[in-house]
Amino acid sequence: MEVIVFSALNGLLYGLLLFMLSSGLTLIFSMMGVLNFAHASFYMIGAYVAFTLSSGIGFWPALFLAPVIVGLIGALVERYGLRKVHSHGHVAELLFTFGLAYLIEEAVKLIWGKLPVPYGVPDSLDWAIFTLFDTTYPAFRVFMMVVASLMFVGLWLLLKKTRAGLMIQAALTHPQMVGHLGHNVPLIFMLVFGIGCGLAGLAGVIGGALLVTEPAMAFTLGPIVFVVVVVGGMGSLTGAFVASLLIGLLQTFAIAVDASLADLAALIGFQVDPKGELTGITLAQIAPMLPFILLVLILIFRPRGLMGARES
Amino acid sequence: MLKRSLLAAVAVGTLMAAGAAQADTVKIGYIDPLSGAFANVGDSGKRHFEFFAEKINANGGLNGDMIEIVAFDNKINPKESLIQLQKAIDEGISIVVQGNGSSIASAIIDAVNKHNRRNPDEPVLFLNYAAVDPAFTNDRCSFWHFRFDADADMKMEALTDWLATREDLGKVYIIGQDYSFGKAVQAAANRMLAAKSPEKEIVGDELHPLGKVKDFSPYIAKIKASDADVVITGNWGTDMTLLVKAASDAGLDVPILTYYGGGLGTPTAMGDTALGRVMQITEWHENVEDLGLEPLMDEFEAEHEIDFYYYRVRNLMNMLQKAAEKAGSVEPAALAHALEGMEHETEVGTITMRADNHQLIQPLYLSTFSDDVARDVENTGYGFKTDYRIEGPATSTETSCEMKRPS
Amino acid sequence: MTNTSSLRALLPWLAALLLLALLPSIFPSRTAFSVMNAIGIQLVFALSYNMLLGQGGMLSFGHAVYFGLGGYGAMHVMGLIEAGSLDFPVFGLPLVGFAVGLIAGAVIGWPSCRRSGVPFAMISLGIGELVAAAGFMFVSLFGGEEGISGDRMVGPETFGLSLGPIGEVYWFIAFWAFVATFAMWAFTKTPLGRLSNAVRDNDQRAQYIGFDPQRVRYLVFIISGGFAGLAGGMSAVNYEILTPETFSALVSGAVLIMAFIGGIGTFYGPILGATLIVIMQSLLSDYTEAWQFYIGILFMVIVMFAPGGLAGLVERVRLAIKRRELLEVAPGWALGVGSAMAMTLGMIILVELVFRWRERSDPMELLGVALNHGEVFPWLLAVVLLALGTYGLRGAPQRWGRLLRGEAP
Repeated sequence: MEVIVFSALNGLLYGLLLFMLSSGLTLIFSMMGVLNFAHASFYMIGAYVAFTLSSGIGFWPALFLAPVIVGLIGALVERYGLRKVHSHGHVAELLFTFGLAYLIEEAVKLIWGKLPVPYGVPDSLDWAIFTLFDTTYPAFRVFMMVVASLMFVGLWLLLKKTRAGLMIQAALTHPQMVGHLGHNVPLIFMLVFGIGCGLAGLAGVIGGALLVTEPAMAFTLGPIVFVVVVVGGMGSLTGAFVASLLIGLLQTFAIAVDASLADLAALIGFQVDPKGELTGITLAQIAPMLPFILLVLILIFRPRGLMGARES
Repeated sequence: MLKRSLLAAVAVGTLMAAGAAQADTVKIGYIDPLSGAFANVGDSGKRHFEFFAEKINANGGLNGDMIEIVAFDNKINPKESLIQLQKAIDEGISIVVQGNGSSIASAIIDAVNKHNRRNPDEPVLFLNYAAVDPAFTNDRCSFWHFRFDADADMKMEALTDWLATREDLGKVYIIGQDYSFGKAVQAAANRMLAAKSPEKEIVGDELHPLGKVKDFSPYIAKIKASDADVVITGNWGTDMTLLVKAASDAGLDVPILTYYGGGLGTPTAMGDTALGRVMQITEWHENVEDLGLEPLMDEFEAEHEIDFYYYRVRNLMNMLQKAAEKAGSVEPAALAHALEGMEHETEVGTITMRADNHQLIQPLYLSTFSDDVARDVENTGYGFKTDYRIEGPATSTETSCEMKRPS
Repeated sequence: MTNTSSLRALLPWLAALLLLALLPSIFPSRTAFSVMNAIGIQLVFALSYNMLLGQGGMLSFGHAVYFGLGGYGAMHVMGLIEAGSLDFPVFGLPLVGFAVGLIAGAVIGWPSCRRSGVPFAMISLGIGELVAAAGFMFVSLFGGEEGISGDRMVGPETFGLSLGPIGEVYWFIAFWAFVATFAMWAFTKTPLGRLSNAVRDNDQRAQYIGFDPQRVRYLVFIISGGFAGLAGGMSAVNYEILTPETFSALVSGAVLIMAFIGGIGTFYGPILGATLIVIMQSLLSDYTEAWQFYIGILFMVIVMFAPGGLAGLVERVRLAIKRRELLEVAPGWALGVGSAMAMTLGMIILVELVFRWRERSDPMELLGVALNHGEVFPWLLAVVLLALGTYGLRGAPQRWGRLLRGEAP
């Protein structure tokens, strides 16, 4: 019971963190068709900017200011970089963001150094909100869940209930039509890219404090964010939300299971070496790799993803 | 950091072309990461070597020859290390030092063995200051390799010795990264606990993929559920930090015994979440005892603005000087023979280089991350405080080494 | 094809042979040999990658998988030779790598080649991550963190090469680099090679004329995997060690960077890219810590301003010579090159100053002049150079071009 409750709670938290990270990516992809390889890098910039700001003006102003700064950087990147390669096609755009991720990491090392920075949970949120089965649950984690949920609701309302959102929805299925209708597509692109990066920055403000703020944080989180977006269905916000929670829970519950292949074989009546190199691998051991297995399976059998509108 | 200026490299090239007979400097090749994610660790090691090279040069050098540290950036990649090793040999270097990463050390040992076999006239000596895979002084021992840090098994001997004295810590949880080192720690812990304190119960034995876990809360939940009294981990870097942060979040108040709790950058990232919780086993730390090393540490830290960390680099350099004196030469084979069995007096006591497997025997210290220390690390205000000292001989392990010495 | 044109097609190959034969006498040091060997391995790897990206239009983020598996295959066979249970020349090990790469390509390619474009890229990324994780987990196969090592001086000798000294390994690398390059070039001339271009450009059209694009992609993928495995086999013999890091996303990313910087539009582009990147990685790191930063900048500049890569620039010069308009465009180009150089120099000074200020290390030295990051002058110099370069590249060319043609500016 204890394990189930905590696995559910931790899975939910991890899933929501993944959603915060991937929501911006989904937004950018749905509007522009750009799979932003550097998305996790903007998450990293968010964490570092928040670290610098919070040591000066405190955590709360940084929470609002850092995403704005990251969003501005994103808009600049779109205006003076991405737009130039847009005409060369999606592969060129993907390569551009790939190089950008590389460059941002180097730049971050240059500015903030190569070691982790002491960016942690602010004092105002550093207390246990409740104790369950003798385990404390920190307030910051609950705060994070609230922010992520607000993000989902806010984005959902933006997409479904506003004019701008309808345009984005239209762009999902009829990208050219939006342009034909006379909208300033380049400006929309710049805004969408900026907002998407800003969302990643917001995830960084919170994720950086929760986890570790260091130059490799983008590299280690990058691939998993893609998994979420692809599994959820590229461009689908609800899909990304469902996929985030699914991956979070899947991975967390898998960690709680110590059963190995040998146990499975024993269950159906075969006896194999329980400590063998292959047969001794437990589900818990490979839990963090499960999302990638899911990614490959989804792409092969259901390339639209769970709730996607189009393949690529 | 300045490696070598273009001009200097050209100058070296012409010198070598003119005949490399300049005998008044001995170059030591430092092969470690100087760019990329681990650059700071490599840079710290380099500064320690340069600092002690200066000290030795001021003190007569190696039989009058001055030491020059030449740094090579291996990007912490085994193949790149081999290219850099070739470059070092090209520059006429016959002593190389390296420490970061057992995979790198393994590649260098292998390459040095082959090089010395294929080029018996220009052998190379490898002094390892930090790579801790026990195999290097057991099955894979080499006449050309000497290790100045305690290996993973020796450190585990020390940890389990201490655990045996603590009867209140009955339930042990082992967690580690799923690769050779994590598995070696896991195996050693299981083996030694069974031998020394069979009454202790191992309530968990877990591996997780290297560097892939973002939130360790599920693992902490498991540890909590197992009712463990103490956690042993070989984790380092981010895997170490995240484990400790999650433990702090969930209020898991048991000691976490680590190898790399004091690794560069880790104390900063862990911050106050590690206080009283993280313990590390090392050959030395800044608050060991009152040994009169303060002036030296102050001098180093004033000069380089980083923490004094590698006491063993000092031992390595001093023993090298002594070996050169004893052998009357800086020729690698002569140095190796002189280092075998060498005893050396240091502030922490007598340390000995085992002749049978080239492993340095030195006392080890178990310490806890604390805010009540004279010298802090990484300007955090926190540092390590000694709990327990394990004498050198107690850490000594059986060796399966069959040393082949050149005739 | 007439005799003269076939002769002309052979000319670059003869030149390459001559170059390969002369290189050891020009650069006889161990350092040079180890760098040249690394280039030989990487250029085969980059060419095999370009078979996918440049010729087949398939963007892969997991090509290291085939390189690594081929290398491990060769390494295990080398172990068998050493143990005496197999009588096979070490010289032929790249063929083992090739075979393993082919098989791996056939197995992994079967599901992944059913998709193209971005989904294909994502599958390759996912598989790359999975194999990289497995590499650390299966110790008996991949040797754990320390990998597996072997001894290349075993088994029967070929061409009288003991393969002991690195100078002899050079001939081994040169042989296979040449053979593999020639084979990959020949592949582009086969019907399948041509078809893969057609599929890249428009897979629907390829389908209309009766070819299954999925099948074409699959076949190209298998062969590309084979050559990547061959490069892995070369690497196994050269370094005598393979570690699971070989599978990492960094290696897959590096080969993408090499191929793209060199130019994916021409056959020889990746050769230029591999040469440049290996030299930057192994030699530039002696002089600056910021070498990775420079590679990143170079990559971005190529993506944004010269999608044809270095080879694209070479082709433009060649075209100008062919059309006999070199003299007309030369002044503009000279200005462009000059501005670009000023910009590059300015950027290098700026980056170095920042790096050294950050690391509190010794001042940089450029052409014998010490540029101290504590003083104003070097920073000013960098900014002025950057500004001049930008002006030259953006505004000046047209105006100067008009001036040169005698028009009003």
